[in-house]
Amino acid sequence: MSTQIVENRPKLIIKGVSKRFKSKRADVQALDNVSLDVAEGEFVCLIGPSGCGKSTLLDITAGLTMPDIGEVLADGQLVEGPGRQRLVMFQESALFPWLDAFGNVMFGLKLRPDLKRRERREIADHYLQLVGLEKFKHAHVHELSGGMKQRVALARALAPDPQVLLMDEPFAALDALTRDQLYDDLQRIWSESHKTVIFVTHNVREAVCLGDRVVLMSSRPGRIAEVFDIPLPRPRDINSPELSSYASRIATALKGTVSKVVSE
Amino acid sequence: MKRVVIASLFFLALAAVWELAVRSGRWSPVLLPSPISVAEYVWAALLDGTLIEATWVTLKRLLLGYAVGVLIGLPIGLLTSSSQIMEDTFGSLALGLQTLPSVCWVPLALVWFGQSEGAMLFVVVMGTVWSVIIATDHGARTIPPIYARAARTMGSKGLHKWTRVILPASLPFLVSGMKQGWAFAWRSLMAAEIYVTILTGFGLGHLLHYGRELNAMEQVIGVMLVIVVIGLVADRLLFSPWERLLHARWGTNVK
Repeated sequence: MSTQIVENRPKLIIKGVSKRFKSKRADVQALDNVSLDVAEGEFVCLIGPSGCGKSTLLDITAGLTMPDIGEVLADGQLVEGPGRQRLVMFQESALFPWLDAFGNVMFGLKLRPDLKRRERREIADHYLQLVGLEKFKHAHVHELSGGMKQRVALARALAPDPQVLLMDEPFAALDALTRDQLYDDLQRIWSESHKTVIFVTHNVREAVCLGDRVVLMSSRPGRIAEVFDIPLPRPRDINSPELSSYASRIATALKGTVSKVVSE
Repeated sequence: MKRVVIASLFFLALAAVWELAVRSGRWSPVLLPSPISVAEYVWAALLDGTLIEATWVTLKRLLLGYAVGVLIGLPIGLLTSSSQIMEDTFGSLALGLQTLPSVCWVPLALVWFGQSEGAMLFVVVMGTVWSVIIATDHGARTIPPIYARAARTMGSKGLHKWTRVILPASLPFLVSGMKQGWAFAWRSLMAAEIYVTILTGFGLGHLLHYGRELNAMEQVIGVMLVIVVIGLVADRLLFSPWERLLHARWGTNVK
């Protein structure tokens, strides 16, 4: 089993986090008193209707946004800003067009002074190979397909060896076939690397396929509505019937949170 | 090859129309010299060295002034893009002074620096620096915020962020800004050379000016052609490599 949960302190502790976005045109309570513990090596999927604050919660965990109230602890340390131990893989490809695939993977590695030049290159090569793109090492970003770009982005996020990987709808813009392939790859890579992952999505099947737990959020204000354990064996096939029964349960609950908002 | 042939034919046709206009006799040859006499002037001036000498003097002034303008403008542009105080002060100053035609600096330069190389340098720098500031500022502001966020999570900050993320990310705007700065530098130097006689060097603008004084229209037109050719060559040498790099990396302008 890849889900060896270390029984002591959780890897990530999100404690009573609230966040309000105020501008001239809108005043949105994005998150209202959200608390969540994530164990070491656990894969947690955050799911919810758009505008439920799931991406904001991810940003706060990354340290890119500061909460108004509450705090996030990573390994018991207060998160006060972005850090190399919690890397983010973004929705759209945030790859740098002025660098090739290899250069992008090297970007985070070059910011690690503890590594030697040769070690960095070896690590970058290793991760490009892990995502199956060793042949596209020197390709420019625009020459890669959408799926390949997100593979490079995954390699870039994994290469500096963060303890926590934060993924913000990384596969949302891809076609179904490419996505299915990436689910397999991500499960394989995750089972080897034992990273702690928070994965934000609005796709229920995707959440069930990948997550040890699926955290359902409701919107306005963003709160945790329900948490589902997914004890299915891995690797999981997104099209399997066992997965469907979990997915339909969560989908029903998700619809409940949406209709509540609409009827308001 | 085909493109070269088409372009050559086009310019030959232009010259032919010009020659026909001269031969029609409607205009005095003093006002409209024939393309052949212009070519003869250019050839003779190349051989006796006046044209080469003048080109060298002008290019030295241009490159020095341009380099100074870029070296001052680039960092200021980055600062105005990131600091409210810098935007309100230097940013507004650049915006205002950019609208001032650079030839307007010539009288001031003469009073301050006299008929010297310093005056030339001053005019070229004033012609370049404001548009470089504005282009850099615009470029740094137009970077997709996701690049900066991704870089931040990987631990990039301070000088590293500026040199490895913001500068390369704004390269498409920087190159067009540099190009615009170059065009302004060129224009301001020509204006300065035509207006100001200085003894330390006889540039293309002076050659143009004295062509008019001597009523030698073939010289005036010949020097104008040389200025156009230098502009084209400089564009090819200075900017085309950058533009090719940008197109390759960003995947823009794919034919």
